[in-house]
Amino acid sequence: MKLTARILLGAAAVVLALPASAQEEHAQPTHFPIETPELQRWSFAGPFGKFDPAQLKRGYQVYKEVCSNCHSMNLIAFRHLGDEGGPHFSEAEVRALAAEYQIVDGPDDFGDMFERPGRPSDHFPSPFANVQAAAAANGGAAPPDLSLMAKARGAPRGLGWALADFFTQYQEGGPDYVHALLTGYPDEAPAGIDVPEETYFNPYFLGAVSLKMAPPLSDDLVEYADGSPQTVDQYAKDVSAFLMWAAEPHLVERKRLGFMTIVFLVVFAGLMYLTKKKVWSKVAH
Amino acid sequence: MASTDTADHPEPTRRDFLYIATGAVGGVGAALIAWPLIDQMNPDAAALALATTEVDVSTIAPGMSLTVKWRGKPVFIRNRTPEEIEAARSVPLAELPDQAARNQNLPLDALATDQNRATPEQENWLVQVGVCTHLGCVPLGESGPYGGWFCPCHGSVYDTAGRIRSGPAPENLLIPKYEFTSDTTILIG
Amino acid sequence: MAGHATYEPKNRAAQWLERRLPVLSFTHASFVVFPTPRNLNYWWNFGAILTFMLAAQLATGVVLAMHYTPHVDLAMSSVEHIMRDVNYGWLLRYLHGNGASLFFFAVYIHILRGLYYGSYKEPREVLWILGVIIFLLMIATAFMGYVLPWGQMSFWAATVITNLFSAIPFVGEAVTQWLWGGFAVDNPTLNRFYSLHYLLPFMIAGVVVLHIWALHVPGNGNPTGVEVKDGQDTVSFHPYYTIKDFFGLTIFLILLAWVVFYVPNYLSHPDNYIPANPLVTPAHIVPEWYFLPFYAILRAIPNKLFGVIALFGSIAILVFVPWLDTSRVRSATFRPIYRQFFWIFVATGIGLGYLGSQPPEGGYVIAARILTFYYFAHFLIVMPVVGLLERPKPLPTSITESVLAKGAAAGAKG
Repeated sequence: MKLTARILLGAAAVVLALPASAQEEHAQPTHFPIETPELQRWSFAGPFGKFDPAQLKRGYQVYKEVCSNCHSMNLIAFRHLGDEGGPHFSEAEVRALAAEYQIVDGPDDFGDMFERPGRPSDHFPSPFANVQAAAAANGGAAPPDLSLMAKARGAPRGLGWALADFFTQYQEGGPDYVHALLTGYPDEAPAGIDVPEETYFNPYFLGAVSLKMAPPLSDDLVEYADGSPQTVDQYAKDVSAFLMWAAEPHLVERKRLGFMTIVFLVVFAGLMYLTKKKVWSKVAH
Repeated sequence: MASTDTADHPEPTRRDFLYIATGAVGGVGAALIAWPLIDQMNPDAAALALATTEVDVSTIAPGMSLTVKWRGKPVFIRNRTPEEIEAARSVPLAELPDQAARNQNLPLDALATDQNRATPEQENWLVQVGVCTHLGCVPLGESGPYGGWFCPCHGSVYDTAGRIRSGPAPENLLIPKYEFTSDTTILIG
Repeated sequence: MAGHATYEPKNRAAQWLERRLPVLSFTHASFVVFPTPRNLNYWWNFGAILTFMLAAQLATGVVLAMHYTPHVDLAMSSVEHIMRDVNYGWLLRYLHGNGASLFFFAVYIHILRGLYYGSYKEPREVLWILGVIIFLLMIATAFMGYVLPWGQMSFWAATVITNLFSAIPFVGEAVTQWLWGGFAVDNPTLNRFYSLHYLLPFMIAGVVVLHIWALHVPGNGNPTGVEVKDGQDTVSFHPYYTIKDFFGLTIFLILLAWVVFYVPNYLSHPDNYIPANPLVTPAHIVPEWYFLPFYAILRAIPNKLFGVIALFGSIAILVFVPWLDTSRVRSATFRPIYRQFFWIFVATGIGLGYLGSQPPEGGYVIAARILTFYYFAHFLIVMPVVGLLERPKPLPTSITESVLAKGAAAGAKG
């Protein structure tokens, strides 16, 4: 089926090329993403990587002020924001953040649902009552939940890189992808590429030529209290880091425990090796 | 080399030190592996987050009780009448099978006076975990010879301060950590 | 027999037990004094490594089952609850998922060891066949386990693989619906996969017991392929191989630790972090890496029924290896021609694995067909023909002779 589609598209490209035009022609792409994401430097990459709590707080702010209008994050509870190894808000801050939201609870003794201020144990509320409402409000495409987005995406890297990644510990394909997508909307689509109505061209998108999400970020959209640059690039970095924490809240502990485990095992392997040599020393083998 | 083999209990050789060291490190490793397998059964972060609960008591009139769920167990919140308070106060301590207050807001050695069972300065409010101290059934309210609580499972009788008076239960009903965070709100736990 | 001693219970409690259920003397005979060839190399560690991995998967699996909910609406969030809130839940989950990968890594090395050294040859045919049964049970277990998180790959892998059964003539549809418990993969399917995923590993453990029993009847093979002649050829299992197995296991655990702690999502697919959606098929459905060679074989055959037959055949053919290989010599150490074909076979397997990960387009299609043909040719043509025609190198008369010769050669070099 794919082969037939390519033949047809190839034929279409030939047909379109016939009226000689001075414009540069692009064939309709069939493999995505059209461009591979640029690799970013993340504080949490590598064997000693850690999240930067200040960055995570900024990322949370971007999520809250921009993304959460359409995207739920229902695996995260407010209390998670206070966890070590994460944004590490204080207990009071967590309670205050939670209380800013109205959470649907109930039924009460009369059988009705009611709203009450959020508590640390509550999960982030969804902006829509259900998936159908989310799709209806967004032109038929429901914005996906973001709790696991940083682990649910990653552009294919070719065999060579795929093998090297095992040793370099590259696990940041998700944040690199999100950052590239958020910063990658061009001012206009290249000529000759057909972009369906009410969608937005983005060469970094994994699924198709364009996506339903309009460019969500712009300079000075969110006011940072700590003086960090209020640029699209900075917002994208911060929210990508926040999404990585949301997907892997125990990342720091995992790498810390990993270092101690491997050191222990290497020492133990050394002892085992000496023991083995000693045990076998008098036996021809 | 093998010179120590013939001795009954030879001095540890260098070879034995290696074996002992390896064995010890291996034992530590085994314990470190076992710990997560055991700790995962401890209450997880979600359960620990539900360790407190807030209750609005504004609708509880004198003589009325409210039962709420806290940490999976029922908590009786009762707005006692003056008669109930008086009845509880008039009992000499010596008559009580369990003379300890069993109040987690007080020191362990506090005695089971009515003042030590009720909320300080709001003695009409009695907050207790509604689990019989015998084998864990939920006692019935406003029942039994004292008008307090009566456990139908094996007949334990509690008075209007939730203290055991007769029956097999060994202790007074437990009073959990709680406080009034406003005139009409109690935070339990 | 080197170090052979009958077990003498040392105290009254041991004597009491021994008279009623002789577990102590049995353990002593089977795992302490058991005479084992002295020349085993590190490729022989993988049996013990596999036993450990089975125990590890059982332990992590049982504790994960305490927190997992097998319902389509709750499965993924219960797994995330494990990852986020359960104490060390993230560690247990990553150990279990990556443990499965390393379990297969070890089993492939173990099988290849068998193929290279002729471990399947008379009188170890039943041992080998029990191994194939274990391998099949592992495949079923791993497949069902992967469905449990109920991600996109879980759902669609389940759909593709269960749909294979519809290729069976006449009863295919009925069998597939019987497997599903409905008209498509859905909640009944998830529930029964959970039940069977919990059950099958205990059946694996039972077959492993038979496997080790079948091994202990003739005793271990060894790199020369020459059978044990006398006590000179062997050493007691303990302490020689207990220590060597522990050492090999430790190295293996370093590899496991590297994966679990530093690249825990390297071997899995990002799409499995997307909740299952029966209405949206992922662009590329790919199974876990250990199934990729078989997946490539399935897709290489353009006919649905024959593709399925080729898939199951590619594993079933292993059963017949003891009879397909006509060589009178066990070990490829002494079979210079066959040895080359062995490595070509390994390369074929790796090549098929790579092709299984790629979309079936363009040059990949013809390459998969060539390698599929070669895979079967190795068993059906190379093994019988090379075995008959090859002139093997002269075998040592005994294990002891080969060990002493090796020692002399090392001494001469030094």
